Amino acid sequence: MLVLGWLVWDIIENTARNLQKANIAAGYGFLERTAGFGIIQRLVPYTEASSYGRALFIGLLNTLLVAGLGIILATILGFIVGIARLSSNWLISRTAAAYVEILRNIPLLLQLFFWYFVVLRSLPGMREKWTLFDGVHMNIGGLHVPRLVPGEGIWLVIAAVPVAIAAMLVVTRWAHAHQARTGIRPPVGLINTALFIGLPLAAFLATGRPLHIDLPVFNETGPLLRRGFQAGSGMTIIPEFVGLLLALTLYTATFIAEVVRAGIQGVNRGQTEAARSLGLRSGQTLRLVVLPQAMRIIIPPLTNQYLNLTKNSSLAVAIAYPDLVSVGGTVLNQTGQAVEIVSIWMLFYLGLSFLTSAVMGYFNKRVALVER
Amino acid sequence: MYRKIASILAGATMALMAATAASAGTLEDVKAKGFVQCGANGGNLIGFGATDEKGEWSGIDVDFCRAIAAAIFNDPTKVKFTPLNAKERFTALQSGEVDVLSRNTTWTMSRDSSLGLQFVGVTYYDGQGFMVRKSLGVSSALELSGAKVCTQTGTTTELNLADFFRSHNMPYEVVAYEKNEEVLQAYEAGRCDAYTTDASGLYAERLKLTAPDDHMILPEIISKEPLGPAVRQGDDKWFTLVKWTLFALLNAEELGLTKANIDEKKTSDNPEIKRFLGIEGDFGTPIGLSSDWAYNVIKQVGNYGEIFDANIGPSTQLGIARGLNNLWSKGGIQYAPPIR
Repeated sequence: MLVLGWLVWDIIENTARNLQKANIAAGYGFLERTAGFGIIQRLVPYTEASSYGRALFIGLLNTLLVAGLGIILATILGFIVGIARLSSNWLISRTAAAYVEILRNIPLLLQLFFWYFVVLRSLPGMREKWTLFDGVHMNIGGLHVPRLVPGEGIWLVIAAVPVAIAAMLVVTRWAHAHQARTGIRPPVGLINTALFIGLPLAAFLATGRPLHIDLPVFNETGPLLRRGFQAGSGMTIIPEFVGLLLALTLYTATFIAEVVRAGIQGVNRGQTEAARSLGLRSGQTLRLVVLPQAMRIIIPPLTNQYLNLTKNSSLAVAIAYPDLVSVGGTVLNQTGQAVEIVSIWMLFYLGLSFLTSAVMGYFNKRVALVER
Repeated sequence: MYRKIASILAGATMALMAATAASAGTLEDVKAKGFVQCGANGGNLIGFGATDEKGEWSGIDVDFCRAIAAAIFNDPTKVKFTPLNAKERFTALQSGEVDVLSRNTTWTMSRDSSLGLQFVGVTYYDGQGFMVRKSLGVSSALELSGAKVCTQTGTTTELNLADFFRSHNMPYEVVAYEKNEEVLQAYEAGRCDAYTTDASGLYAERLKLTAPDDHMILPEIISKEPLGPAVRQGDDKWFTLVKWTLFALLNAEELGLTKANIDEKKTSDNPEIKRFLGIEGDFGTPIGLSSDWAYNVIKQVGNYGEIFDANIGPSTQLGIARGLNNLWSKGGIQYAPPIR
C-alpha cells in the first residue's frame, strides 16, 4: 500500500516537474479568472464576466440535469418495455422486442445525431412557430413555454410541501395502527393526496397567489432579425437538450428493459401460480408478488445502467449541449490547462458515480433478502 | 498482487519520463526517423489542411510542412500528417507526438507564454468574420443584435464573439458544437442566424453548403487572427530551422524565384539570389542543413505566393484575394528578414 501511495505521489510530482520544465503553467488559479465566453443554457445566473470556475459549475449543473432526468425517464420507459416484452399479447411483446433489438444495437453517437438533426429538420424556422396549445410553442429555437416567476411569500408555499409530507407520514402511521386495531383500512391514498395538494394550495391562496406567469413573446413584424421569440420572455428548452435527453433515454431504456425482463423471469414461476391461486389479479400479482422479488435481481445491473447513462451524457458536446465536458473543453482551450481540466472532469464523474452507487446500494440493501 | 500493480505503475512512470526525455534534439530525431511528423487540420478545412477521397493531403498549412521536409531531406514527401482537432492540437505538440503544428492556429500571447510552445511566424493573416443568409437582409455585423450564432467549441472564436457583442452592447446566443461538420449542418438547418469562425474558414465552409450563393460573408472582421506554425519551446535549433523555412518561402517570392525559373536563376548575378541558392556563402550548415536547402524548398514546393495561389488564391474555388497576405512591397504585410 505504501509503495502504491509513493508511486502515485511520484507520478503527480513527476508530471508537475515535467510541466515546469516545458514552461507550461500549472495549478488551479486560473479558475478565478474571467471566462469571457457565453453559454446557451444557464440554470443559475452566468454572464461572460463570470469566472472559469463559475462556467464549469454551469456545465456541471447541465450535466446533472440531463443525467437526472434521463435516469428517471429511462427507468419509466425501461420498466414499461421490459414488462411489455413479457406480455402474452403477441403485438405488444413483439413491438417491445423490436424496439429493444434495434435501438440497443446502434451506437449512441449515431442516435444522438439522428435525433438531434431529425428534431432540427422537422421544426419550423426561427421566425415561425408551431403552437401546441395556448402558451406552448415550438420552433427550431426550441420549446417555448411559460415561465413561472415567484413573487413574495413563495417560500411559505414551498415550506408547505415538507409539512404536507410530514403530515402524510403521520397519517400513514395512524392508518396502520388503525388497521391493526380494527381491521378496517382507512382511505390513506385519498387523505394523503388531499394533504399533498391541499396544504401547498392553501398556502398559495393564503399568501395571495405569489406566482406570475411570464408568457413567451412572439414578434411577427419588424426587421427579420427582430422577429420570432424574444429573448428574456418565457422559458426556452433548447433543442440540444431535447435531442440529448431523447437519445440517452431511448438508448438506456433498452438496456433497462432487458434488466427488468431478466429480473421478472428470475422469479420462480411457482410464485405467480401461488399468487393466482390465492385470488390475486394479474396486475396485483405483478405489483405485490413478482416485482418486489424481481427488484433483488434488477437493482445491481440497474445501477450499472445509471452510471452508463451519466457517463454517456458527455457525448453532449457533439450536438452543442453545454455540459461539463463541452464547457470544460472551451476553458481548456482558452487557458491551456489540460491536466487540471481533465482532473476536474475525472473527479466529477468519479464522484457522481460513487454517489449513484451509494444511493443504489442503499436501495439494494432494503430489497435484499435478509439472510440469517 | 501489490508487486504486480507496483511494477505496472513503475512501467507507466518510466514511460511518462521517457516521453518527455525524447525531445532533446528534434532535428536529430527527425533525421533519424526519416520524416517530419506534422500536425494538420483533421476537420477537412479546404485550402488549409484537407484530404481528398484518395487520402492525399493539400492546403497551405500542409505545403508548409512539405517545405520543411524539402529543406531537410530534399524530398517534400518525407512528411507524415497527424489530423488534429482544436482541442488536441497543443497536447499533441507538447507531448512530442508531432514535430511541428501547422494547423491554422492563432498566435496569441497566452499560447506563446504558458503552453510550452513557440510560434515561428505568420503563414496567413486572418480575422474572425460572420456568414449569414442573404435573405436575412443584414449587411453589417453590427446589425446582428439578438442573433443566434453557431460556432465550433474549443477555440478563441467563442471569446472574440462574446467580446464583440459585449462591446457593442448587443444580446446574442451562442450554440457551440465540437466539430465543424455539425456547425455547418446546424447552420444549414436554420438553428442559427449566423456562423462565425476565421474568415478563411468561412470561405471554405461556404463551399460545402448546398446553395453557397444564398449565403454571404459580412465585411466586418472582429479580431486579429495571425495563423502560423508552432514548435515546442526549448529546442532553439529546430525553432530556427522552421522559422527560416518560412522566411525562405517569403524571400523567394520577393526575389522572384519560382519553382519554374529557379534553375535558370542559378546563373543570376544578383548577390541576394546567389546567397539564397547557396552559391555564395553557406547558410545551411549553421541550421544543420545543406547549403542548398533554400533552393530545394523552392524547387520542390514553390515560393509563398505560389503556395497561396495554388491552395486559396483567386483562381481556386475559395477565391481569397492576397490582401494583407501580400508582400510588404506590394501593399500587404508579409515581410521576412533577409538571408545574409
